Amino acid sequence: MSSYDAPIKELGETYLLPEGTTANDVTETIAGVTENPAPRGWWLLFLLSLSVLGVMTAALAYLFYQGVGAWGNNAPVYWAWDITNFVWWIGIGHAGTLISAILFLFRQKWRTSINRFAEAMTVFAVLCAGLFPAIHTGRPWFDYYLFPIPNQMDMWPNFKSPLMWDVFAVSTYLTISVIFWYVGLIPDFATLRDRSKNLVRKRTYGFFALGWRGAHRHWQVYERAYLIFAGISTPLVLSVHSVVSFDFATSVVPGWHTTIFPPYFVAGAVFSGFALVMTLMLICRTVFKLQNIVTIKHLDLMNKFMLGTGLLVGYAYAMEFFIAWYSANPYEQWVFLHNRLGFGILDENGNWGPLWWAYYAMVFCNVVVPQIFWFKRARTSVPIMFIASILINIGMWFERFVIIATSTYRDFLPSSWGMFHPTGIDILTYLGTFGLFFTLFLLFVRWIPMIAIAEVKGTLPGAHPDLHALEAHDETPDAAAAPVPAE
Amino acid sequence: MQIFPRELNHLPLALAVVAGGLGASVFLLFWVYFTPPNLQVGYTPKQPVEYSHRLHAGELGLDCRYCHSQVERSHEAMVPPTQTCMGCHSVVRTESEKLASVRESWETDESVAWVRVHQIPDHAFFDHSAHLNAGVGCASCHGRIDQMEVVGVVEPIAMQWCLDCHRNPEQHIRPKSEVTNMKWEADEGWVAQRAEVAAALNPPMHCSGCHR
Repeated sequence: MSSYDAPIKELGETYLLPEGTTANDVTETIAGVTENPAPRGWWLLFLLSLSVLGVMTAALAYLFYQGVGAWGNNAPVYWAWDITNFVWWIGIGHAGTLISAILFLFRQKWRTSINRFAEAMTVFAVLCAGLFPAIHTGRPWFDYYLFPIPNQMDMWPNFKSPLMWDVFAVSTYLTISVIFWYVGLIPDFATLRDRSKNLVRKRTYGFFALGWRGAHRHWQVYERAYLIFAGISTPLVLSVHSVVSFDFATSVVPGWHTTIFPPYFVAGAVFSGFALVMTLMLICRTVFKLQNIVTIKHLDLMNKFMLGTGLLVGYAYAMEFFIAWYSANPYEQWVFLHNRLGFGILDENGNWGPLWWAYYAMVFCNVVVPQIFWFKRARTSVPIMFIASILINIGMWFERFVIIATSTYRDFLPSSWGMFHPTGIDILTYLGTFGLFFTLFLLFVRWIPMIAIAEVKGTLPGAHPDLHALEAHDETPDAAAAPVPAE
Repeated sequence: MQIFPRELNHLPLALAVVAGGLGASVFLLFWVYFTPPNLQVGYTPKQPVEYSHRLHAGELGLDCRYCHSQVERSHEAMVPPTQTCMGCHSVVRTESEKLASVRESWETDESVAWVRVHQIPDHAFFDHSAHLNAGVGCASCHGRIDQMEVVGVVEPIAMQWCLDCHRNPEQHIRPKSEVTNMKWEADEGWVAQRAEVAAALNPPMHCSGCHR
């Protein structure tokens, strides 16, 4: 007799959390983070993030005062860091939904230790991303023209533009992500409410817990709602980044007009999203001593995802080159060989295509670095995965930059060739979004349970309805199963 | 232990009422109040000269084109220069207090600082002559100027209002001979033939019609 989701001992499977972890341990560990005083490092980081957020505000104020000319983009590179950062942040956000929704549909129980964290990152990353479409317009105060609102001009947005679809994709994505995140939080807010010592805290968490009592009926409705949201979010996460990729794929620019973009962008999004979840989770796990809940087993699985999506991205890079050659289209071949790889005619100073280094940085970070995860020793080594995850995010930023800038700076007409140089405002705006992200993220870490308490408890041995039957047949996970190393 | 008082059961209802009120306010603010019918219609600024269209166009029966003389040929319906005023007022009511600033303009060569009542932004190009030659009467857009002591805005000069007529000009055109006739009303003969006339007009509906 065995349960469908109990570990199969013969295959060497064990329960996700270390032997002997009780439901109380889980609650104490996770809820404790929001109840104990913040470590000094938290305050330092929070003040730093707030300052960086201030820098962003100043950069934006200057941008609105001066106009978009404050940035370095200009003919022929009309999109540069603004859209690069937009696509990058949106991509970061996609791992959250993948972990929450898609892994939920596949009944992957290991998602429980990271889904809350990843969903929060989704929400904050989408907020950072949503900023760029709004501010990269020359007249940002007219952005509301993008919404189909009846008005005295009898004017409607043009629904043929993928930038228009972006508006709907990103705003829907943000809304659904927030609701999905919040629905998951309700039982945990109730836990925090019930553990609160003072009335203000009790009432605050009580308000957000919406009167959750953990009744059978509550759980039944909750699980059904969660499944529906997972079902809605899954096509959403695939379509949102596809829509973002249409910004390029529907154009006629060589290097952009490619049918591989929608799945390739989604793979890249999951790749970079997992990498940032990894980077931040490794820090939080150490600082808040969550090693028993986010175990090496979880990290190992995340690294496998990065390897998998990294290979998909690498395949897409190769396929782009193959098609550029196979198409026999001189413009497309030029973009790949000259603009990206750097081969071709030299300019008057004897230089190659001047943005060649971005392509090589991208290939190194995105294709070479994840190959280390073929080795179990690397997949279970915290320093290696930490460095690799940071490199991957750098690489994914370069991927977007390469696609955007190196396709446009030298295209059809040599008379309209140009170059792109970022200005200080470009850089400060990008850095500033980290201030926004980390301010929200640090507040999240302190005030909201960063791991789904209720869901993690569902993976414990005690959560199995037929535990006693398993024990009676001596099939329960026992001391014979290999103990999981703490680190 | 209860952490919230029982009255809080009414919170969802209260929130719904507040949300509904806010929604209605936003609607009123942006769809009703902050729109041209409210912002423009009724704009009647004080002019430097107490000029009465009621007296000149209504009682004295001057044709519009006596003063706004280029309106059939130019995109601009000009405001008459001081010379036009002095054509009569050098001999009519030469001592009137009300005309002091006109006489001053005549003597000093400084223009009278009329206040423009009908404003459209510079990114929308409007051509008076095209409309008059298509048979759009003055009264259709400017109202009964011949009854106005002081000129004010009657119709909302907004894109929606323009487009309503460009999409359906039939209701707003008249015989070209009647464009400056303030009292004109469509008779049965015109109603019978105006659809045919309108069909031949083909008013521009594309961006470059006005936003050139």
